[in-house]
Amino acid sequence: MLIARVIGDVTATHKHPSHEGQKLLLVQPLELDLTTPRGDAVIAVDAVDAGLGDRVLLVTEGYSAMTSVNRPDSPIDMAVLGVIDSVELLPTPPVASPEK
Amino acid sequence: MYLGRVIGRVWSTVKDPALAAQRLLLVQPLTPEGKPTGKRLVVTDAMGAGAGELVYWSKGKESSFPFLPAEVPTEMTIVGIVDSVNVDRSTC
Repeated sequence: MLIARVIGDVTATHKHPSHEGQKLLLVQPLELDLTTPRGDAVIAVDAVDAGLGDRVLLVTEGYSAMTSVNRPDSPIDMAVLGVIDSVELLPTPPVASPEK
Repeated sequence: MYLGRVIGRVWSTVKDPALAAQRLLLVQPLTPEGKPTGKRLVVTDAMGAGAGELVYWSKGKESSFPFLPAEVPTEMTIVGIVDSVNVDRSTC
């Protein structure tokens, strides 16, 4: 899963029937500083009613994405599964010294 | 799913029989702002997309599901034709 930010949405009238009634969000994956973009923005189905500007949890694999919106066997490869409240990043651990 | 534009078509006579009925299109991935990004790709099409249209496609095993019960050996398939894209990065 990735951390991403909702930066917009996409509307499509002519789309696969399994996408009918689903909100298609434009999400920008982020680095762990939560601001730097990580690759290009992608389109994900919204499973949690996320809004513009929200930091969200993004899955980029089919099974989890389809399951989250209860549409098995449909061409959905990305979904927004959660809205992130906060992220705690522990300080980088010191490099372990080799066992003597 | 990924955003892009149809920029061409690929013709192939000798191909896997399961691909026989499939149209192969060339797409250029785009950023939400409409800028080309990354390399052009060959995709199958489940929506009847045409030249120059803005589309989105899915990737992986899921991209063969629109063709069920046929088992089509594809890894990317157009699954929607985009009417409009709303982008607002001001909150980033």
